[in-house]
Amino acid sequence: MVIWIILLAMTAAAVMAVLWPLSRQRNVGRQMDPDTLFYREQIAEIERDLGRGVLLASEAEAAKAEAGRRLLRAMGLPGGEAFAAVGEPALRRRRAASTLVLSIIPLLALATYEIYGSPQLLSQPPGARMQPPQQQAGNLDLLGAVAEIEAHLAKNPQDGRGWEVIAPVYLRMGRIDDAVKAYEAAVRYQSPDAVRLSNYGEALVLAKDGLISAEAQGAFEQAIKLDPSAPKAKFYLARAAVQDGQGEKARTILQSLLASSPADAPWVDAVRQELAALGAPQPEAAPAGAPQVGPEAIAGMVAGLASRLETQGGSAEEWTRLMRSYAVLGQRDKAADAARRAREALAQDTEALKTIDTMAQELKLTDAQP
Amino acid sequence: MVVEAGHFALALALGLSLIQFVVPLWGARANDPVLMTVAPAGALAVFACIAFAFLALTFAYLNSDFSVLNVYQNSHSAKPLIYKISGVWGNHEGSMLLWVLILALFGAVVAASRNSIPMRLQANTLAVQAAVTIAFLLFILTTSNPFTRVIPAPVEGQDLNPLLQDLGLAIHPPLLYIGYVGFSISFAFACAALIDGRIDAVWARIVRPWTLGAWAFLTLGIAMGSYWAYYELGWGGWWFWDPVENASLMPWLAGTALVHSTVVMEKRDALKVWTILLAILTFSLSLLGTFLVRSGVLTSVHSFAVDPERGTFILGILILFIGGSLALFAWRAPMLKQGGLFAPVSREGALVVNNLFLATACATVFIGTLYPLALEVLAGEKISVGAPFFNFTFLPLIVPLLLLIPLGQTLAWKRGNFLGTAQRLFAVFGISLLATMVLFAFTYGGPVAAPLGIGLGVYLVLGSLNEIVTRSWSMGTPLPVAWRKARGLPRSAWGTSIAHAGVGLTVIGIAATAWGVEALGTLKIGERLKGGDYEVRLERIIPRVEANYREDAAVLTVFSSGREIGTLETMKRLYVTRGMPTTEAGILTTGLGQVYASLGEVQADGSVGIRLYHKPLVLLIWIGALVMAAGGALSLTDRRLRIGAPARAKVAPPSAVPAE
Repeated sequence: MVIWIILLAMTAAAVMAVLWPLSRQRNVGRQMDPDTLFYREQIAEIERDLGRGVLLASEAEAAKAEAGRRLLRAMGLPGGEAFAAVGEPALRRRRAASTLVLSIIPLLALATYEIYGSPQLLSQPPGARMQPPQQQAGNLDLLGAVAEIEAHLAKNPQDGRGWEVIAPVYLRMGRIDDAVKAYEAAVRYQSPDAVRLSNYGEALVLAKDGLISAEAQGAFEQAIKLDPSAPKAKFYLARAAVQDGQGEKARTILQSLLASSPADAPWVDAVRQELAALGAPQPEAAPAGAPQVGPEAIAGMVAGLASRLETQGGSAEEWTRLMRSYAVLGQRDKAADAARRAREALAQDTEALKTIDTMAQELKLTDAQP
Repeated sequence: MVVEAGHFALALALGLSLIQFVVPLWGARANDPVLMTVAPAGALAVFACIAFAFLALTFAYLNSDFSVLNVYQNSHSAKPLIYKISGVWGNHEGSMLLWVLILALFGAVVAASRNSIPMRLQANTLAVQAAVTIAFLLFILTTSNPFTRVIPAPVEGQDLNPLLQDLGLAIHPPLLYIGYVGFSISFAFACAALIDGRIDAVWARIVRPWTLGAWAFLTLGIAMGSYWAYYELGWGGWWFWDPVENASLMPWLAGTALVHSTVVMEKRDALKVWTILLAILTFSLSLLGTFLVRSGVLTSVHSFAVDPERGTFILGILILFIGGSLALFAWRAPMLKQGGLFAPVSREGALVVNNLFLATACATVFIGTLYPLALEVLAGEKISVGAPFFNFTFLPLIVPLLLLIPLGQTLAWKRGNFLGTAQRLFAVFGISLLATMVLFAFTYGGPVAAPLGIGLGVYLVLGSLNEIVTRSWSMGTPLPVAWRKARGLPRSAWGTSIAHAGVGLTVIGIAATAWGVEALGTLKIGERLKGGDYEVRLERIIPRVEANYREDAAVLTVFSSGREIGTLETMKRLYVTRGMPTTEAGILTTGLGQVYASLGEVQADGSVGIRLYHKPLVLLIWIGALVMAAGGALSLTDRRLRIGAPARAKVAPPSAVPAE
């Protein structure tokens, strides 16, 4: 409420500032013609310079003669006419101008502020917007914690533990590049172990929308060296093999991973899905139709790719990658949906449409045909 | 609350500007003094509103109020206080707000100088000024609003671009903007003169201080920007012919021409129409500069804004004002009274030549800057026009102009005597030639450009001083009398000489860069790198952690001919929040030259890449610019009327002169 009074007072002050000169009765007569004045001053200046010895008498004479000629010419000009400050038309003009001032300033200011300002913030008491609603509180705490850790890390950049804490938070916040840096620092400043290296590799993979770069592969291989059974590293190495076109190698890795994993390990389903996609014989059929959710990271990766394609578009290859990912995750409806969107997005590109259709047939997403 | 009030103040300023535009124009047409007085009142109120808005934004920065999007994007609570303040204009939105703040400030000054400006001229000028304000306020409010909020407020900001976290940034944009925007006043006066159909020496007298002030600030701004690029970007260069630099050079060249043609107009009532056109062109080039930098059509450190919406908007403003004012010019200029006549060989004639050269040089820069853009738009072809183009086109235009400076300064008004003038400069010319030859002999085998350029610079400095000397001293005059007489010369004469001497100093500095030495090397601790007469030894590398960055600092000991002369430190910084690395050059000043080192990559084996330069006399480049601006300022303090005595100047009798 207070703020509205302030805004009102500001408006009133602005209007008054301009109304005031309009309301004054000015006693303006004939203004001295500025030209005439100027040349008179110039002649006086020449006299002064002559007195000070800056000009020679002959120079001063010539300068004065010229200024005098101009003065004569200026005096013969029209101009310096009387001001029209009194009488009926002047009064009408003044009224019209006042109306203009009284209407335009408040209306324009309020309209502009209404469109671009945030007046809804003002209707709350000043303290209220500092306390966000309940559901945002958690988010805010998280941000606060992140800020604190960041400040700490800025001072102690070699604290690997701190980097390790903040890395997964970055990942969850979608700041994947920061997560990569954080994991990298965690690996660098602490004794490297398989888990850290796999996490670092995973972040690299996520940053590349699922592509396993040489850097990431290096991290996974190092992890395997430290711990031959590291499941995450194995899983991604199998992926890398798939991306390199070495399906057989991928199958071997995945089967050995499955063999060495406890039956209730969280990644078992994902590994089975992957094997299914590779067309390998499975020791045990996965429960069909049930929604399958792989490790959090894969789901996140696919979601990241989906949202990127959604907002920025992408190539046919990327769309097919998304379709395949959904199919691998068992989310056939989503895969079909992705195929439909891909056809919409790439409608102009017949080559791309062919690629999409081929993939859809391969994945047996027949219901998604237009 | 303060922020919202600031936002509202900006909206109020828009309404007030509209009144300031409409009512005074109407008043001037009807010759109604009451309506005309709305102009100064409106200008003062607009200034108050925009100043309040600016303070509100500053307040948000100081309190790290991250609920303001602009603060969140460009500040950080750990940032030092000075960069919190300079951060206000260290980004697109804030810098545009600074732009209109300066615009409004100048409008307020015109409004306050009520008695020295004829009423109709003032009313029309402020109306035109208001039109510019409206356009830029709309631009700010609709496409670059600094008061946009984010709810809920983020806890921490994203930090200011590290390259811009520097004292240079705190000073450079305000100086540059005062220069750009100062020309808007000349522009507004020119349009007012066209609207009213009156143009005379009075007009020139009123406009001169504005043009001169704007020019001096622009000079400082460009010099500051150049020095900033020199030490911050770590490439050791001081001018890159980068489009952003050209964007400020073009108004400077046109403004320099304007400063000179205004003098002709005030003293001799000539060159009127040309001066008006020049005033319009100068501000148009300032607007163009704003467009180039703000629209993001160029990719460089200055282009914070990459947003087509903004670019289109500024392009609209550009077309509206340039097109509108030129149309006004085409319509009204033929009705203007033509001015006085003068002989080709005269001070006026020399100034016309000056204007021709400057205008052509400006056109060259214009083509070199815009042609690649036009080509890219039309043909989709990307070419880069760099130093070679400008060296081939700009230098041949500027060198003759520089040669003419002392001559023009010595010529008399209205009708001069070329031979007599040349005779008076004979000694100056001889000394400069001698200096060139001596330098050439001593540095035989080195670059030829350096002695030639330095000779030119010496000629300029001596030629400027010669003017003061010959006006106050002749053979046989006792020195104290001559000194008194010299002090009695108008300050504008001193200003002219000093500014022209400044040009000479800059030329010397530029010419001496040809003697610069560059060396590259990978050093381990204790190893040495030699560049010319100078040598550095890497002492140690110190990692440091500061509030918002961490850095590796290399400490180097500098030797000159085997003797230790000092140490310098060059840093590689990483700004943690933006994850952005920067290089801080280490500079050791030796007289007017500098030893300049910048740190490259730190290798795995602990060795570091070091780039070492020795730049003799390099400081003169910027000292020259400072001297130029000082000359302008000195001339600015001279509020007397300018008189161009038409007879040929002779040496005045040695009489005592009271100081002015």
